[in-house]
Amino acid sequence: MNNFEYVNATSLKEAAAALASSWTDAVVLAGGTDLLGLMKDYVMSPKRLVNIKNIKELGGITKSGAGLRIGATVTFDELANSALVRQGYPSLYAAVMGVTSPQIRNMGTVGGDLCQRPRCWYFRLGHGVLGEKDGKSLVADGENKYHAIFPEGRAHFVSASSLGPALVALGARVKLVSAAGSRELEAAKFFVAPQSNEAREIALLPNEILTEVVLPAAGKNATYEVRQKDALDWPLVTASVNLTMKGTAVTAANIVLGHVGPTPRHAAGAEQALIGKAVTADLAMAVGEAAVKGAKALSQNAYKIQLARVAVKRALLEAVGVKA
Amino acid sequence: MQGVGAGAGAVSVLATPEEAAAQSSVKSLGPAAVPVTLTVNGKPMKTAIEPRETLLDTLRSKLDHTGAKRVCDRGTCGACTVIVDSKVQYACTILAIDAQGKQIQTIESLTANGKVHPIVPAFVNNDAQQCGYCTPGFVMAAKGFLDKNPNPTYEQVKDGLGGNLCRCGTYVGVRKAVLEAAKALRGGAGVKGASNA
Amino acid sequence: MPNYSWPPMNERKVMGKPHSRLDGFAKSSGRAKYPSDVNREGMLFGAILTSPHAHCTIQSINTSEAEKMPGVSAIRVTAPAGTEIQWAGAEIAWVAADTEQHAIDAMRAIQVQYRALPHFVSEERKSQAGTRAKPAGEQTTGDVDEALKAADAVAEGYYAIPVLAHSCLEPHGQVIEWKGDRMEYWPSSQAVSTVAGDLAQQLKIPASQIHVSMDYMGGGFGSKFPSDIWGAECARLSKDSGGKAVKLFLDRATELTIAGVRPSAYANIKVGGKKDGAITVWQSESWATGGFTGGGMPPIPYIYTGIPNRRLNHAAISVNAGGARAWRAPNHQQACFLTFAAIEDFAAKIHMDPAEVLVKNLGFTARAPLYERQIRLAQEMAEWKKLWHPRGDSGKSHIKRGLGIAMSTWGGAGHPSECRVKINPDGSVELEQGTQDLGVGTRTVVAMVAAETLGLTVPDIKVKIGDNSYPVSGPSGGSTTVGGVSSSTRKAAVHALEELFQKVAPSLKADPANLEAVGGKIQVKGDPSKSIGWKAACQKLGVSSISATGKNDPKNPMGLNTQGAGGVQIADVSVDTETGVVKMNRVVAVADCGLVINPKTAESQVLGGVIMNICGALMEERVMDETLGRVLNADMEFYKLSGIKDIGEIVVHMDVHPDNDKRGVIGLGEPAAISTIAAISNAVANAIGVRVPRVPLSPDHVLTALYGKNMERSRA
Ligand SMILES: Cc1cc2nc3c(=O)[nH]c(=O)nc-3n(C[C@H](O)[C@H](O)[C@H](O)COP(=O)(O)OP(=O)(O)OC[C@H]3O[C@@H](n4cnc5c(N)ncnc54)[C@H](O)[C@@H]3O)c2cc1C
Ligand code: FES
Ligand code: FES
Repeated sequence: MNNFEYVNATSLKEAAAALASSWTDAVVLAGGTDLLGLMKDYVMSPKRLVNIKNIKELGGITKSGAGLRIGATVTFDELANSALVRQGYPSLYAAVMGVTSPQIRNMGTVGGDLCQRPRCWYFRLGHGVLGEKDGKSLVADGENKYHAIFPEGRAHFVSASSLGPALVALGARVKLVSAAGSRELEAAKFFVAPQSNEAREIALLPNEILTEVVLPAAGKNATYEVRQKDALDWPLVTASVNLTMKGTAVTAANIVLGHVGPTPRHAAGAEQALIGKAVTADLAMAVGEAAVKGAKALSQNAYKIQLARVAVKRALLEAVGVKA
Repeated sequence: MQGVGAGAGAVSVLATPEEAAAQSSVKSLGPAAVPVTLTVNGKPMKTAIEPRETLLDTLRSKLDHTGAKRVCDRGTCGACTVIVDSKVQYACTILAIDAQGKQIQTIESLTANGKVHPIVPAFVNNDAQQCGYCTPGFVMAAKGFLDKNPNPTYEQVKDGLGGNLCRCGTYVGVRKAVLEAAKALRGGAGVKGASNA
Repeated sequence: MPNYSWPPMNERKVMGKPHSRLDGFAKSSGRAKYPSDVNREGMLFGAILTSPHAHCTIQSINTSEAEKMPGVSAIRVTAPAGTEIQWAGAEIAWVAADTEQHAIDAMRAIQVQYRALPHFVSEERKSQAGTRAKPAGEQTTGDVDEALKAADAVAEGYYAIPVLAHSCLEPHGQVIEWKGDRMEYWPSSQAVSTVAGDLAQQLKIPASQIHVSMDYMGGGFGSKFPSDIWGAECARLSKDSGGKAVKLFLDRATELTIAGVRPSAYANIKVGGKKDGAITVWQSESWATGGFTGGGMPPIPYIYTGIPNRRLNHAAISVNAGGARAWRAPNHQQACFLTFAAIEDFAAKIHMDPAEVLVKNLGFTARAPLYERQIRLAQEMAEWKKLWHPRGDSGKSHIKRGLGIAMSTWGGAGHPSECRVKINPDGSVELEQGTQDLGVGTRTVVAMVAAETLGLTVPDIKVKIGDNSYPVSGPSGGSTTVGGVSSSTRKAAVHALEELFQKVAPSLKADPANLEAVGGKIQVKGDPSKSIGWKAACQKLGVSSISATGKNDPKNPMGLNTQGAGGVQIADVSVDTETGVVKMNRVVAVADCGLVINPKTAESQVLGGVIMNICGALMEERVMDETLGRVLNADMEFYKLSGIKDIGEIVVHMDVHPDNDKRGVIGLGEPAAISTIAAISNAVANAIGVRVPRVPLSPDHVLTALYGKNMERSRA
């Protein structure tokens, strides 16, 4: 990796001051589990790293109103050990435990998870977030079995964040702070599909720090990840659901797919089919089918459409406690 | 190629005058080598490092603690596992400069001062190593796991060591070794385990 | 001539009893120093500039900026302007600097202009290979067309198994330091006694100037025999830097790209035969690549070599990718998969239990009785009767369970090896051998053999290996190490003991030929009352030690070692037919390796072989990009290896049997690492009712086999 200067910020103010208006100048360092790999591969070579792990106000999981505030530097492991998370947000807990390496769970943070870069191998080889060479997509005719079935424009990568789908389904909000002030955003709006190789896949600006995630009270929620293997691997497809129920009937539903597109994907059409009904195996199957409507397979990833259907079905059944 | 130069040079990276002003209060280190003190196995050790140096490379090259191995160098294999402030972590993916002020425990500590942690003989007894290159990482992952789960089930052992890979295929021995070590630890045994080296 | 033969099975005191490996403590405590752990005073670090293009010529190369970079002490260019590069990752230039980061900084400052040339990396598309496909020529036996016509049933299938990378956890590389015209060389190698000669040839210096030390090494699997260009360049960087030590190991991406791969194999196969299971005909059209130089043909039909009518066509395809190296049982996994998948498909076609088809046709193999016994044993261990079902007949649940079976064969035997055994007047015993322990337990095995021979215990033997100043022992390849080193150790120990008998015979008033060493004593054969303790016996040596050598000559192993190990494995899997995810329930491995010296490390070898092939069956594959001509997964993230939870349970049966034992030592590393992939593929076919033609059996391949490439037939 290229050399850089290091700022060990101990306050949010100090950290914000140390950031700049371009990613090449300064970048936030949290657990480093994503960033350091990118720097070793020269995909990112910031001139300055701003360590935020020693900023007290960015830590902690606390009850906030009817919901939960999670500090940006809270680790996967802290989430997993929080009774508040386990009990109220099993979908988040499942997403956390889907990060199967205890070491990564001890190091990786919530902020880092949301802000991590795609794992697309073309991106990691230096062909930009769109994975293009000479203006042509390497993904479309290339090795795309892990890529998007819901591409957005030129973006064929998939959002890597494990927490993203759960947080979007739960209706979380994120708080972003810069030296100039702060703003709040729905998690759903935090993820964006870049259309140039220089753009980022999140709404964060270079001079901003993600400080916390706030979760409202949740309904019946669950996450199902389709995983090829247990150890050290990414889900192939994820579905996260959050159902508001009246008795056994669903009154409102959020279904979000992960690893299918450049952002966690709200399966809006599919949600309708649930309203007013009790979740049964047959209904879950139909909703799974509806959730993949409009999916566009690349040359090698039609199988992910099937995985997405199944993931939705299984997440729904799990949320309501029906055995698949 | 060498970053942006130390001290005042840093200001030049910032785009606007306002930023430059805010900047004056920012204390930065590097990019040239800076002195650090790392607490390794309870002992403070002084060295000088560039901010980009990983804890793993510092341990291996500067502090001659070569138990932790560098295999993937990307946080994907576990061969570099150390325990930092009681948590298993990948030393290849921690900046050494970030590890200041923390308790860094390496595999060397398990057989220091004439004492042997029971996990070590348990690995030997169960032949949980072949080439042995992944083994120190597994041993440390197991140590960290057992510190938190003194009475694990077989299934928990498999989950607890999901952050380490072995190419020779020693997993069967590792599973048994961790269960055996747990038993030995519960029995309070093993401070002076057998060395057949 | 002395009697070297192994003590009878039931009289062995040390051999055949499980013993923990001698270096287990060093390894498990992190104290073992691997070549990559060597730190020398003032040591420099090397970095390699490699080609980003799969095929190109170097137009120009300029190192002047790089030379000015901090800490740089030497830069060398091995692919000067005009060089044609044939694969991405090929070495171009080399840098040594005071720190590793500085070496990399300088390497990146070297300016190269490339002229890209067309490349070809997708060997599966044979039709596009053109002249890069080199046909091996047709081999025919019998009348294939007639046999196909006459067959009751013919199973026809396409089978594909990809290129894999060895992925040794310790990368290839070395530390080299010159002291005058002598060189200290710490390589990560499978060949302690021969690697110096190899390096010497590259450097054009006498091999005697090179001292090799290697106590431990982190995995080779067939890829670490030569000294390689990085050995030579490391030596030159060191020389150019005034002889200072240089550490140069490949980074992970380079390791996966150029440090060795297993060839792929693709085949269209027809197997035909009678309704009763008798196979009459085999026809295959196969192709494969082992990199730029093409590569060898898998030996098919595997084991069932005597099928009367056979037609084989094979083509080796040259691609612009890093070259193949020997891989734990070269070409056998591929051959085993192609053969046993095709035979299983034939069995399914005639609705027969595949194990019965295998047994029925054992006449076409070289070792029918052994295989039959092993098949039956494996079936029993795997609960075949209870769990096997006709293909696809696996219940309504979307989780389908299936069993699959496959067999292996391997040569083995013992490589050339010499050993020296010293008995010192203080009673200590030293054993010196220029061999290496790749993790198979070589150290422990030779100590056990010496202890057995000398009537001592394992801790009484001080084993010294991993140094080329010791007697020459062969490289560790082809599962010939244990055969070689155990035989030479046996002979050296017998010789040393004879000398000791000469010295102590007078005090026991006995004929030296009538003495034996048992239980830490020298005694008159069968008469413990006439004995002398080992230490007391050694004191009779006065001031001079005994130093005796023994040699294994592969042409005349004298019954100590031999060739030919057979094995059978059964895999038991569960497949989620909605997601295509395959989970291992169990693998049963029946392994023969002749005489087993240390059951404990032997069992580990089998476990390791099975696990390595679970990776190969379920997830491992090198992914090449056609446009870029580069490996996309030269890492440990998308080059997937199974973890501790992914392997299910593994049950090993070491086929310790008087019939096997009397043949001598054979070797085990390879035979255990052959049949798992085929067995798993067959188990998946058995579970889901269709053959997944492609290995690995990843969800995409499984679902494609079930529902078609576009999932036409799928639903949730
Ligand atoms: C082997 C392995 C397995 C992994 N498995 C998974 C997985 O299953 N699921 C998954 O989601 N991820 C996984 N990851 C990716 C990653 O490690 C985690 O997502 C982790 O949570 C990232 O957090 P971090 O604190 O280490 O981030 P860092 O690496 O420190 O940062 C990542 C990015 O986010 C930015 N950033 C971090 N925090 C903030 C903040 N508060 N404000 C603004 N910007 C910020 C950084 O500048 C950087 O660009 C894996 C990584 C590895 C190496
Ligand atoms: S070397 Fe650190 S995880 Fe692989
Ligand atoms: S023992 Fe060799 S990699 Fe694990």
